[in-house]
Amino acid sequence: MKEISEVEKDLAAVRQALDRSGKFLSLHGLSGVLAGFYAILGASYAYFLLYFPNSPIGFRFYFINERHVLIQLIGCAFAVLTLSLVTGFWLSYRKAQRLSLTFWNETSKQLLFKLAIPLVSGGLFTLILVLRGYYGIAAPALLLFYGLALLNASSNLYKEIQLLGFCQIALGLLCALWPGYGLIFWTLGFGVLHVLYGVLVHRKYDA
Amino acid sequence: MKNPFENLDKILEHRTRLQIMSVLATTESYDFNSLKEILQTTDGNLATHLKALEKEKYIAIHKSFIDRKPNTRYKATEKGKTSLKKHFDALDELIKQQRK
Repeated sequence: MKEISEVEKDLAAVRQALDRSGKFLSLHGLSGVLAGFYAILGASYAYFLLYFPNSPIGFRFYFINERHVLIQLIGCAFAVLTLSLVTGFWLSYRKAQRLSLTFWNETSKQLLFKLAIPLVSGGLFTLILVLRGYYGIAAPALLLFYGLALLNASSNLYKEIQLLGFCQIALGLLCALWPGYGLIFWTLGFGVLHVLYGVLVHRKYDA
Repeated sequence: MKNPFENLDKILEHRTRLQIMSVLATTESYDFNSLKEILQTTDGNLATHLKALEKEKYIAIHKSFIDRKPNTRYKATEKGKTSLKKHFDALDELIKQQRK
């Protein structure tokens, strides 16, 4: 005869297996904090390049349609992206070892695939926009695609990532409504939101 | 009164098999080593249970080679998914009856 405690154990085992199978548990909260920090540094660099000594909502000395400024800005964005990715991979790899999980497993492959589709298509789309001179909608486009990528991958991550995705999409739309303020919205989206989200995840899951 | 134990699936009463079926029912497919990692079990143990599930046609097996290394993927069949659902319904029923 099957006892009720046995049923409970069955269900607990199923839950544990499902948690381990579906979620990429190795993601480290601090990688979010650091990614946000790099983004804020990058944004400060862009601010000094474009606006200093004026406020970021005021008069500019340079505009991004000047070639050397554009190249410097794109270089800065790529540096922030690369640093964030390297940090994220490194911290997650260490956490995977600590949890005795394989870093490159079924879930991380799925996760990467789900993230990559919106991100790569969005990134290429934004590059095309920039090359064609549509600077005003390049900034909101990246925020939007990033938000969509997060939502797409949220089933493989902590559920909090869904909220982060929605916030990035909202920021992207607002950013599209106020062209010319891309830097502020990027600082909010890629900087402040990442730091907040990273702290939240770190306190909840990295214990 | 109906006996809820009748509806329990004999195959799925084993905990590891229940775990395997749950994982496979919620994902597209899974390979042996990843399953082993999730369930934290041994090669032999996992292989035995997978064989039992395959015999009942609860799971389907796809064998292929990746870089000349054999890669075996497991997938839940429709029959397996239906049986799993029935088994969970029976467990549900069981809990409800015990609460009364």
